[in-house]
Amino acid sequence: MADLRVNFAGIQSPNPFWLASAPPTNSGYQVQRAFEAGWGGAVWKTLGEPILNVSSRFAGTHFNGQRVAGFNNIELITDRPLEENLKEIYETKKRFPNHAVIASLMVEPKQEKWHEIVKKVQAVGVDGFELNFGCPHGMAERGMGAASGQVPELVEKQTYWAKEAAEVPVIVKLTPNITDITATAYAAVQGGADAISMINTINSLAGVDIDSWKTIPNVAGKGAHGGYCGPAVKPIALNMVAECARHPELNVPISGIGGISNWQDTVEFMLMGAGCVQVCTAAMHHGFSIVEDMIDGLNNYLDGKGIAALDGLIGKSVHTYSDWGNLDLNYKVVARINNDVCINCNKCHIACEDTSHQCIDMLTAESGAAYLKVREEDCVGCNLCSIVCPVDGAIDMVEIPNGEPMTWNERQAAIKLPICHS
Amino acid sequence: MHLNRVKNKTISLDNLRMNFQEIEPDLTPKEAVEESNRCLYCYDAPCIKACPTGINIPSFIKKIASGNLKGSARVIMEANPVGASCARVCPTEELCEGACVLNHASLPIMIGNLQRHATNWAIHNNEQLFKAGEKNGKRVAVIGGGPAGLSAARELARLGYEVTIFEAKEKAGGLDTYGIVSFRLPQEISLWEVEQIEKLGVNIQTNTKVGKDIQVRELIENFDAVILAAGMSKVPMLGIDGEEAEGVFDAIEFVEGTKTPPLDQQFIGKKIVVIGAGNTAIDAATCSVRLGAENVKMVYRRTEKEMTAYEFEYEFAKQDGVEFRWLTQPKRIIADKSGKVEALECVRMELGEPDASGRRRPVPVAGSEFIIEADAIVKAIGQTRYLSLIEELGLEHNNGIVKINTKTHQTSNPKVYAAGDVIFGDGQGEAMVVTAAQQGKLTAHAIHQQFTADKVTLESV
Ligand SMILES: Cc1cc2nc3c(=O)[nH]c(=O)nc-3n(C[C@H](O)[C@H](O)[C@H](O)COP(=O)(O)OP(=O)(O)OC[C@H]3O[C@@H](n4cnc5c(N)ncnc54)[C@H](O)[C@@H]3O)c2cc1C
Ligand SMILES: Cc1cc2nc3c(=O)[nH]c(=O)nc-3n(C[C@H](O)[C@H](O)[C@H](O)COP(=O)(O)O)c2cc1C
Ligand code: SF4
Repeated sequence: MADLRVNFAGIQSPNPFWLASAPPTNSGYQVQRAFEAGWGGAVWKTLGEPILNVSSRFAGTHFNGQRVAGFNNIELITDRPLEENLKEIYETKKRFPNHAVIASLMVEPKQEKWHEIVKKVQAVGVDGFELNFGCPHGMAERGMGAASGQVPELVEKQTYWAKEAAEVPVIVKLTPNITDITATAYAAVQGGADAISMINTINSLAGVDIDSWKTIPNVAGKGAHGGYCGPAVKPIALNMVAECARHPELNVPISGIGGISNWQDTVEFMLMGAGCVQVCTAAMHHGFSIVEDMIDGLNNYLDGKGIAALDGLIGKSVHTYSDWGNLDLNYKVVARINNDVCINCNKCHIACEDTSHQCIDMLTAESGAAYLKVREEDCVGCNLCSIVCPVDGAIDMVEIPNGEPMTWNERQAAIKLPICHS
Repeated sequence: MHLNRVKNKTISLDNLRMNFQEIEPDLTPKEAVEESNRCLYCYDAPCIKACPTGINIPSFIKKIASGNLKGSARVIMEANPVGASCARVCPTEELCEGACVLNHASLPIMIGNLQRHATNWAIHNNEQLFKAGEKNGKRVAVIGGGPAGLSAARELARLGYEVTIFEAKEKAGGLDTYGIVSFRLPQEISLWEVEQIEKLGVNIQTNTKVGKDIQVRELIENFDAVILAAGMSKVPMLGIDGEEAEGVFDAIEFVEGTKTPPLDQQFIGKKIVVIGAGNTAIDAATCSVRLGAENVKMVYRRTEKEMTAYEFEYEFAKQDGVEFRWLTQPKRIIADKSGKVEALECVRMELGEPDASGRRRPVPVAGSEFIIEADAIVKAIGQTRYLSLIEELGLEHNNGIVKINTKTHQTSNPKVYAAGDVIFGDGQGEAMVVTAAQQGKLTAHAIHQQFTADKVTLESV
């Protein structure tokens, strides 16, 4: 059994699985049930000035019969009185002293407001703070959440104010609704953040009802943009985590959030630099018990690799993530079809024929049996065929020798002089 | 048929009608969507090639997944005018589902059940899926309103022909309406298909037997073309003693008796022997069980290996508790004094040298005669042909199998075309609804080709 404990920016947790600040962490009852189920930490549903929520609030994106490929919400921060939340945080921490309880905070971008809430919450005993600069709807209209999270100076300033009052680590949660997330991450670090977490939800409209022509979800016939999360956002989140992880000036731990549904997603985020992960949608879809396999699967994976603790995993793939200009232009893979595994659905053929490089031939053997073959000399190694292939092992992308490595950047440097096309 | 999905396995003796309810339930909407999402949407899909009517299966399945059920039903019925019946009666394991590439990776898609789901939608929503074409002034007569005749009529009506179907029975649909067991194909499905075709303006004259109620000559004279789609006739004589006894039935008539209420109560608790081991014999046996028979035996002169029934039909009969007596040849039907069947005398057989069909010829074992008690005997040893009708039409035939030019679907009389079981011959596997439908469709297209080609020739003169 590997050691799954984490020390994330000084916050101790029995495992790297935290519930993200969201409905699953709305109350003491829920967070305590989550800890009983095995979650290592919980970021409490964002605390702040009392708000009013609307009904309805959520929408799912279903894809090809699969429920909740993505999830959209127009919910705001906690709608419960601060005093009630604080009482429950206190009780929870008392019952689970070894679990991580982090308070998510959002107030107006004013120094005194930040000081006030940090002090109040700190008094009941939390292991850390997460500053919510990400909520893309409702709060943004009031100059909070994503509105302040999109302006680097505001991120820096507010982080600084929170840090002035905080005695426990401060994590800054970033919004993905920005062109370059490393800019706001850098601002958070400048403001003194002990860690950063990402991503919050992405601006979204889940859908339009094609019968009523109203938005999904709708509130008395009207809709407003919401925040998107769940499996569909994982690649976006993973890229943002990786971009921050490989940034030379961002030397704080990262809590990875966005579409994490199982231990495999967790491994990927950790390899790309996440020190712990947070989960919301997957728990909302299936309940707290999913953490059991997350822990078990991660354990078995680490044991299988002979890795004793998470340090052996965190950030180990970051060095493989680079800029396009550093990719070897001479590297070549081609598709190879294993005809004994292939079931002849011809999906690779039509994908390559219609939308790639027309190099998979549908042939007939002497025996009369149909088979598929790649003309390797024409294959550009795009992977499309192996992506659409429904059977594991039917198409391999194989490396073929193709000269000395040469990246675009090296090539440009070698050419030196700009090419004139006129 | 998917035996694992079969519900309704108990036989009620109080309410026989229950026993004839459709045994495999409809897919639920959720099952249908899940199953359709499993379809790979193959390119150049083998299932399409395996369907005799060439339904674009991946297309109709994707439409179920996208919630376009009307479009889905249309794709099916476009290629196959009796696609709702076929969804239930086709031996899909041998056709589309047998060709599904997922047989090699997981489980084949339940194509038949998805086809049923889509066509059910059209039935429940009473959708008229096709329109009649603009009248072109040509008139076509169709003899027989079974799958072949209906299919031809549907296509011709869409092409603008004025079509009259002459049907001997009270209702159209042929064996779909009268011959295929209700627990696989409820009559209303076939009747919906008939209605779809009637709504295109096709005139269906029921209770009109050609050769009796209307003369062949009239048809030939009054129509521009005639399609013979009369199917096949009764089960042949066994040619053994006692065949005239009361309680000896023709399998096709026996099954027909179960298609229209009321159900015959006389077989409850009785012993029934079915002679033969093809699909019709299995149908007669499973109907016997559902009519409340206490014991049902099938006797066949060859072995399990040579039986022509499909594997799933055989399994189904076994599940129904039907007993099989292999290498058993009926010799004589024994009747009591009143002339009622009492028993079947049989003789044991052994397999000898292969015969013309390649199957080993069974030969009687001398002195091995024995008696099987029976209250009723059902003969299911194939079907005879409507020889007199064929000869009245003056068509060339081979033992009642009407000869056609496979390109033009014309018989030896160029004005007369033929499709369906009338042209179905030995050594071609089983006669199927789906092939009858395809032949009907192709015949209609051939007729149109003929007439439009004629027109072209006329214009160029
Ligand atoms: C018991 C049984 C079970 C079967 N089960 C299946 C099955 O599960 N799956 C499958 O695919 N196939 C099955 N078949 C075969 C299938 O039913 C036939 O291949 C198909 O119905 C042939 O269609 P058809 O239109 O050529 O003939 P039919 O369906 O026989 O239709 C011919 C029509 O012509 C009418 N007719 C005949 N003579 C005249 C006349 N002189 N004047 C006017 N009308 C006339 C008849 O009344 C009938 O309505 C089964 C057959 C039988 C007998
Ligand atoms: C209904 C809902 C409410 C949320 N509320 C908050 C919130 O109050 N504070 C916050 O920081 N993030 C909030 N989030 C964002 C989540 O914490 C998380 O960042 C996001 O859902 C991505 O993770 P996931 O893909 O695992 O769901 C909310 C998400 C959802 C679905
Ligand atoms: S890798 Fe791309 S180009 Fe090569 S065969 Fe596959 S689809 Fe075609």
